[in-house]
Amino acid sequence: MNAVLAGFRGFAGYLGRVLGADAYKKYLEHHEASGHTSLPLTEREFWRDRTDRQDTNPQGRCC
Amino acid sequence: MGTMPDGTQRESTNNLTQGSARGTAQLDDGVVPDPSLPPTSVDESVRDAADRAWTPAKIALWAAIALLGGIAWFMLAIIRGETVNAIWFVFASVCTYLIGYRFYSKVIERYLTKPNDRRATPAEYKADGKDYVRTDRNVLFGHHFAAIAGAGPLVGPVIAAQMGYLPGTIWIIIGVVLAGAVQDYLVLFFSMRRGGRSLGQMAREELGVIGGTAALIATLLIMVIIVAILALVVVNALGESPWGVFSVGMTIPIALFMGVYLRFIRPGKVMEVSLIGFVLLMAAIIGGGAVAGTEWGAAFFHLDKVTIAWGLIIYGFIAAILPVWLLLAPRDYLSTFMKIGVIVMLALAIIVVRPEITVPAFSEFAGRDNGPVFSGALFPFLFVTIACGALSGFHALIASGTTPKLIEKERQTRLIGYGGMLMESFVAIMALVAAISIDRGIYFAMNAPAALTGGTVETAAAWVNSLGLSGVNITAGDLAQTAKDVGEQSIVSRSGGAPTLAVGLAHIMQQFIGGTAMMAFWYHFAIMFEALFILTAVDAGTRVARFMLQDSIGNFVPKFKEHSWRPGAWLCTAIMVAAWGAVLLMGVTDPLGGINTLFPLFGIANQLLAAIALSVCLAIAAKRTAPKFLWIVAAPLALAAVVTITASFYKIFSPVPAVGYFANNAAFAKALADGKTSFGTAKTQAAMEAVVRNTMIQGWLSIIFVVLSIVVIITAVMATIKALRNTAAGLPNAEHEDPAQASRVFAPAGFVPTAAERDLVAEWNQLPAGDRLEKSGHH
Repeated sequence: MNAVLAGFRGFAGYLGRVLGADAYKKYLEHHEASGHTSLPLTEREFWRDRTDRQDTNPQGRCC
Repeated sequence: MGTMPDGTQRESTNNLTQGSARGTAQLDDGVVPDPSLPPTSVDESVRDAADRAWTPAKIALWAAIALLGGIAWFMLAIIRGETVNAIWFVFASVCTYLIGYRFYSKVIERYLTKPNDRRATPAEYKADGKDYVRTDRNVLFGHHFAAIAGAGPLVGPVIAAQMGYLPGTIWIIIGVVLAGAVQDYLVLFFSMRRGGRSLGQMAREELGVIGGTAALIATLLIMVIIVAILALVVVNALGESPWGVFSVGMTIPIALFMGVYLRFIRPGKVMEVSLIGFVLLMAAIIGGGAVAGTEWGAAFFHLDKVTIAWGLIIYGFIAAILPVWLLLAPRDYLSTFMKIGVIVMLALAIIVVRPEITVPAFSEFAGRDNGPVFSGALFPFLFVTIACGALSGFHALIASGTTPKLIEKERQTRLIGYGGMLMESFVAIMALVAAISIDRGIYFAMNAPAALTGGTVETAAAWVNSLGLSGVNITAGDLAQTAKDVGEQSIVSRSGGAPTLAVGLAHIMQQFIGGTAMMAFWYHFAIMFEALFILTAVDAGTRVARFMLQDSIGNFVPKFKEHSWRPGAWLCTAIMVAAWGAVLLMGVTDPLGGINTLFPLFGIANQLLAAIALSVCLAIAAKRTAPKFLWIVAAPLALAAVVTITASFYKIFSPVPAVGYFANNAAFAKALADGKTSFGTAKTQAAMEAVVRNTMIQGWLSIIFVVLSIVVIITAVMATIKALRNTAAGLPNAEHEDPAQASRVFAPAGFVPTAAERDLVAEWNQLPAGDRLEKSGHH
């Protein structure tokens, strides 16, 4: 049963990463690793910025 | 020197300086790796040795795959029994994909793309934590697949099933291995080497102003056609279906709610909001059945196709000017979520249920050019009817969009580009299986235009039985019962592919979960996810097209280049929506039955885009490989060019009215001039005038497409010849790649790491955490 649960968790985690749910985490990692001294965007600011940039830089979805 | 032929790990870091200089003969790549880091690439000779080490177990495995694939193909193509089991489709396709991936894509990698893991990818050297982010290969595979696969591979194979299962199956499987996946892989790789540049920019650089401009205009027109015909598929699926209209309509408030939730309530909780959205979607499907069951619901949501088309046009305009966060982004999450889930479920269901297929390998229509579902002969029209799944030019826009900015290591492009397209091809095979698992009589009754079936169950059954198809004998009761099972008022003449797929899927899924009581749910579930994919594609396509138009007009009126200038944005959006809306209305009101005449145009447009993408790849490949390996690109390009140009010529010059736009135009114009009030399937003079108008527009669109594509192909061939001459004369070719920078990370290339990759990963894992996480010089 635990194996089933773990498998389901794994799939859910994978699906989340495919959707880009970990984007903010990766942004923070990048911010820290690249040695910026300024404060990183807050989570709310980051997601706002992310969708707002798509307004001026749309990506096609396929047929 | 320093090579490890046995694939063992280097002993200590003291050897690293030596290690990074190993194989200097092939490593004249201008990359100076950081000596304090482990190698960023598996040694060339180690990888070669592993590739060439054919152990008995490996030989046995590949022999078994080849044998199983061979048997499956034999069952599909040679054995002529009463039925064939669907499992053979799975084996034939998967075994062929595995062989194509393991052998053919490696040939392309070795002789054409020549990836170099010592080089940093754009995700590394342009890393910004937002657009350019190194992404785990398994995650990126899912991400890329979700971006390329939509309604296309679900619809084309269904329509192509008119000719029997075998022509479509062969084209989907062989086409993807030799053409579709090659295009996706090459475009992805070349774009990655250019910092993630778009196809249009690469065309401009490689083909010059004329070729680049022709490619840009063609791309814009092709997007309009593709969006219009995808929208037509939705309209046909929702017309006269209160249940469908309600549940698909509900996706809009659901997406709006999700957008607000993500923006203001819990930002970034993507998985959480997707789950909420999914539950709401299921509620909308179930609720749709209840609403459609009530008298007011059935009356209120019972809309004819023209009304739905206008609704979609208005929706398309509003959706494209709303901010992304409100509608597009949340629906994108929902669509991706559904896509992965549905495809996994469908694959499981087909493997578990293993339906028996009664459709013949070649149907009575395979040798004719007047089939009721799509008109035209097998060559070239089958090859354009199935575009997505075999060769889809639209993918070139994705493979030169987001994905190249997320790739972690160069060698992973083979898995993502080539492998991702194989996966889409498998979706197309499953759609084909679902469509042919239903009774053939029902298939033709659903997919022929109302002008032929007469629109009622009695006339449709009589018409289908009059076709003289072997083993087909349906009654009006069968058609009525199927409609009742799936919760629709009628299934007669529900063309467009989506309803047929939904019936097929419901037929398979109910054997897997739920029984006949669940058929209506599964049917509307299928309609819902197809509509979801298509609405996302319509919305995103309109936006992309609007930006392309703004940039083009901006060359003359600079103000238009300012993307935040509202009047310009709205005007360009309106122009693009008007363009696809006009084609959509043309298809909806076409007395000849929209899909029948327009779907070939969709495939032609899509594959002309493929020809353009492959032309750009050819011009680039000519600079980096020996002429004898150019056939890797030249062969699919020649195929795409021959198919699309022949199909266009038929559409333009064929004297058969059902095939040629101008022949049809002339026939109807003559009838009008003779003062007839009805002609063929057009019952009124207004309808006849509509045919005259539509065929003229479609004909001219075909002409413009084919001329633009020929211009692009010619400029590409000229660029190729020039590059080959330069190489022969020892002159350098203009290089548009970004300069090579040393990579500072390592990750395996495929799903399963090789022994050498595992050793290297272990070596990287031993680095102190601080050193390992350090990103390439970005400050």
